[in-house]
Amino acid sequence: ATLQTHPGPYSGNLTPTPHEDVTHYNNFYEFGMGKADPATQSQTFHPLPWTLEITGLVRKPVRLDVEQLLRSPAIEERIYRMRCVEAWSMVIPWDGIPLATLLKDADPDPHATHVAFESIVRPAEMPGQTEALSGIQWPYVEGLRLDEAMNPLTLLALGIYGETLPNQNGAPLRLVVPWKYGFKGIKSIQRIRLLDHEPPTTWNRLAPDEYGFYANVNPQVDHPRWSQATERVIGARSLFGATRQPTLMFNGYGEQVADLYRGMDLRKNF
Amino acid sequence: MRARLTPAVSEIPGVLKRHWRLVLYPVGMIPAVWLVWQGQHGALGADPVNVFERSLGLWAFRFLLVCLALAPLRRFTGLNLLRYRRLTGLLAFFYASLHLLAYVGLDHGFDWSVLWVDMTHRYFIILGMSALVLLIPLALTSNALSMRLLKRRWKFLHRLIYPAAILAGIHFFLSFKTLNSVSAPYLAALALILLSRFLPRSRTGNGV
Repeated sequence: ATLQTHPGPYSGNLTPTPHEDVTHYNNFYEFGMGKADPATQSQTFHPLPWTLEITGLVRKPVRLDVEQLLRSPAIEERIYRMRCVEAWSMVIPWDGIPLATLLKDADPDPHATHVAFESIVRPAEMPGQTEALSGIQWPYVEGLRLDEAMNPLTLLALGIYGETLPNQNGAPLRLVVPWKYGFKGIKSIQRIRLLDHEPPTTWNRLAPDEYGFYANVNPQVDHPRWSQATERVIGARSLFGATRQPTLMFNGYGEQVADLYRGMDLRKNF
Repeated sequence: MRARLTPAVSEIPGVLKRHWRLVLYPVGMIPAVWLVWQGQHGALGADPVNVFERSLGLWAFRFLLVCLALAPLRRFTGLNLLRYRRLTGLLAFFYASLHLLAYVGLDHGFDWSVLWVDMTHRYFIILGMSALVLLIPLALTSNALSMRLLKRRWKFLHRLIYPAAILAGIHFFLSFKTLNSVSAPYLAALALILLSRFLPRSRTGNGV
């Protein structure tokens, strides 16, 4: 369905990746391991009705009716770079609400330092959740430091290209943290909890040497299996016309987020 | 009414009969040609270089597995297809070489500063490269002349295919984030083939 949206800040001068690629080249292991699996295997998933909970260390726990949220006048368009940890990148026109807006409504307790996100478990609609070999524990979980979650760039996306999120992109709502690798952008979120400690995260649990809690895009810190200095640009339709481009520190959002990590060793906290 | 053939022309069918298997080499290259064609026509999806590179690697691994399977196949079923070992082994080498070329040229644009770090620091890359390096002497000596010259050492040399397959198997396993239903059957096949060497030989069969 079409969303009522308006241009928001931070969109810069970016050309979005074709809609076809944004919706048919996805990592969403709940729907299978292949990049094309989410588009083909998510069609029986029912994203609505949906309730989003914000609980934990908050003064006013919130239960949000996502159908109502989809009609919110606060929805704005943010055209962001998306850098996958697998060294490819896209530009996606998201429509969503800054996460900070929703967290403020829940009134975080002063002791809260971190935010934990939890995805949905529905093996009947999500064939990837019955794949026993992967070793992934469901639900998919992610986390941010509270100041990262409150950063104005951090978005709770409800749509792309002015339309509600397709199932394969994380319907009905997902996290977008544009200066971090794509896997931090947890999809189909059911629960957000504020905590006073760092929560476990799915990929860090599976391979702590490859995927850190922070997962900030950083061309100087390589993945153990490949360099992160450059990225394949998604959208070329031909084998010999594909391009690589240099990866930017914090994916080009250093001006907004570098201060969050002042004094930290980003090699250790990768 | 048939015209009588000169001796030279009548020889041709005999030659074809003896060497017809050579046509299997171009047949084995069909997947590579098909991948290039798909790549040029937008049929490899949003990340064509990655799909191309991975597909070539997978074909190399497939041919390697078939090559390795022929000996146990004869041992356990009596079906003798050992004459296809050279074909499948050379195709594995051919696809592994294309796989390397795609990684070096298409994926990294011959950026040697990145490639050098990859090849010296990343065990994932080092394992794959080592597998290919081990296959080089096998490809070079996969002819009758080398077999004659090397005699018993030839057989010993060609056992290098086993470490090559193990290295390639680990490299293949590492090319996915986790174990999954795509990679598991190939890895299971490799394990089965390798383990079959240690199974007791049947009394009737003659071991390879």
